[in-house]
Amino acid sequence: MAPSIVLLEVEAPAVAAKAEPGQFVIVRMDEKSERIPLTVMDFNREKGTITIVIQDVGYSSALINQMEEGSAFLDFVGPLGVKTEIEKYGTVVCIGGGLGIAPVHPIARALKEAGNKVISVLGSRSADLLILEDEMRAASDEIVVATNDGSMGIQGFVTDGLAHVLNRGEKVDIIWAIGPMIMMKAVCDYTRPLGIKTIVSLNPVMVDGTGMCGACRVSVGDETKFACVDGPEFDGHLVDWELAMQRLAYFKDEENRAKARLECEGGHH
Amino acid sequence: MALKVPRHEMPCQDAQERAHNFDEVALGYTREMAVEEAQRCLQCKNPLCRTGCPVEVLIPDFIKKVSEEDFLGAAEVLKVKNSLPAICGRVCPQENQCESKCILGIKGEPVAIGRLERFAADYEMKHGDGTVEKVQPSGKKVAIIGAGPAGLACAGDLAKAGHAVTVFEALHVAGGVLMYGIPQFRLPKEIVQREIGNLEKLGVEILTNQVVGKVTSVDELMENGYDAVFIGTGAGLPYFMGIPGENLNGVYSANEFLTRTNLMKGYKFPEYATPVKVGKKVAVLGAGNVAMDGARTALRLGAEEVSIIYRRSREEMPARKEEAEHAEEEGVQFRLLTNPVAIHGDERGWVKSMTCLRYELGEPDASGRRSPVAISGSEFEIEVDTVIVAIGQGPNPLVTKSTPGLELNKRGNIVADPETLATSKPGVFAGGDIVTGAATVILAMGAGKKAAASIDAYLKSKN
Repeated sequence: MAPSIVLLEVEAPAVAAKAEPGQFVIVRMDEKSERIPLTVMDFNREKGTITIVIQDVGYSSALINQMEEGSAFLDFVGPLGVKTEIEKYGTVVCIGGGLGIAPVHPIARALKEAGNKVISVLGSRSADLLILEDEMRAASDEIVVATNDGSMGIQGFVTDGLAHVLNRGEKVDIIWAIGPMIMMKAVCDYTRPLGIKTIVSLNPVMVDGTGMCGACRVSVGDETKFACVDGPEFDGHLVDWELAMQRLAYFKDEENRAKARLECEGGHH
Repeated sequence: MALKVPRHEMPCQDAQERAHNFDEVALGYTREMAVEEAQRCLQCKNPLCRTGCPVEVLIPDFIKKVSEEDFLGAAEVLKVKNSLPAICGRVCPQENQCESKCILGIKGEPVAIGRLERFAADYEMKHGDGTVEKVQPSGKKVAIIGAGPAGLACAGDLAKAGHAVTVFEALHVAGGVLMYGIPQFRLPKEIVQREIGNLEKLGVEILTNQVVGKVTSVDELMENGYDAVFIGTGAGLPYFMGIPGENLNGVYSANEFLTRTNLMKGYKFPEYATPVKVGKKVAVLGAGNVAMDGARTALRLGAEEVSIIYRRSREEMPARKEEAEHAEEEGVQFRLLTNPVAIHGDERGWVKSMTCLRYELGEPDASGRRSPVAISGSEFEIEVDTVIVAIGQGPNPLVTKSTPGLELNKRGNIVADPETLATSKPGVFAGGDIVTGAATVILAMGAGKKAAASIDAYLKSKN
């Protein structure tokens, strides 16, 4: 799709039959792999497939990025998490940052089908890294693109794209924002004083994804929640972002070690 | 004559050595030890030991076979009542069950029933031909939710009764707490998988990666042709203390810590990709078996100092005595009558210390245990970099929430008839920790067997 980003369409009829926007799957490549959560980007109930988009950011994602057509995951579990609350809100802004555009896509589509006016703000570092532009255009009434280097659309961040929408006087009823933690935090910091409800999809470390370990716990409105069963979507204005970002960094050293090993061995076969 | 022979001790790995490896601690009896120990059994006409066993294993009968050196025969007798003897022989608290009723225990030491069970089951795994008799199919289908001890025991008995059994398991392997909770050094995972393999030979179908409540539901299973459903989803929801600092980096639930280490084989990182991180000074909160497993696992992962922190005294510790002793031999310290009130982090959000209070024991509470009372002004700090919370687990609500019409109690456990294990929903049965709250492996197996018997009766009544 873009450098280091791949799209996989996975045959999983039982999962596809039940998947809804906002949910995720847990996958395991082979016997020695870890379980990692991936958001459902799309599902096709007739074909029985689930589409996921994954960026090479570490050991496991690098291995998955090397998968070829015809290869299979050892384990593919889902759909997990609570589905997005789709209803008619009025005007909705759907913000997707980087890889976050993939999970925002089915949400935007469902919101539009529910009769909302959907304005999507898409952000990426540069034009060549922007994914799913056509799909998002089809799922939205309007798209606004922001690139950090200005190679496409507005130069700046998704918050600049959002400002562009709000500054022209658009009355926005609710916002969905999905992307890196730092981006979701920035959007929430921007919308909090404006009083615009902002839903985010958190991506903490997970192990089982079914609520049995609490690895994914986050603090929301001073309450501890398990993102895998209580979320992954939460009211972004209530999320303790500092804590969420700290916890995401807990296994950084180990992640680097695993990645270094992969590079040493020159790939996995 | 039999009384003169002392009970055979279990050969174990040396404590100093085993504290640094994940190999099984207990090495098991030799043939000679097993035969001698079996000969101690008085072969009571009215064997009380059986009344102490939740699954009513034919204890004197299998022990007699061991004493006659017919080890495969012994395993066969065991399996009449227990489909998972290699597991039970390792993890049952026999001192409170079968062995507590042994007549030899009145004046001396009871027969080592658990060790003999383990010996016979292990012998069969090594030397048996692994064949099982096929039974006449009944034409009925039963769905079992959860492949832990309750579900597996239920599946085994239903398959033996001729029913077509499908087990739905959320994780990628069957076994439940036997796989993710109890560590390798107490219960090798290869043994669990081999015993589960025996169930599959009986015809039990096990579907992994099936989260009931998400991918399907109890009602859908009934609509799709299952004649009965057994819910054995356990107590897999970890409790936290609810104190400040509990979400800092370095604080794990015991479930997470043990799942990373056991199920995901984090102790073999980076050969296995799941990391598990342990610091130098580890505090384990709680004093049950899960706490002991967490503490001993932390030692094996390289921690220098591991303490059990418990607000009551040694006497009230819920862990099996043997487990606490093993932990102590390996170097785990016990900080008793102590409980944390806050966990503190450094500027990067990583655990660095804990504030604790000292406790004293007051009057016995409703359960008969003396209740701990905090001593005011007794705050003190301890340095720690890893905290493992092992204060208990509750029922995971994924299945119960998605099953309308299922009566629950106020703690979220399923209400089931104590005799039949039938729930408020016709055709739906439940047993194990999801009904009782967190208990033991063998009690869950007992519940699974009990449910199997009443499901069998229910299916026959439907004909």
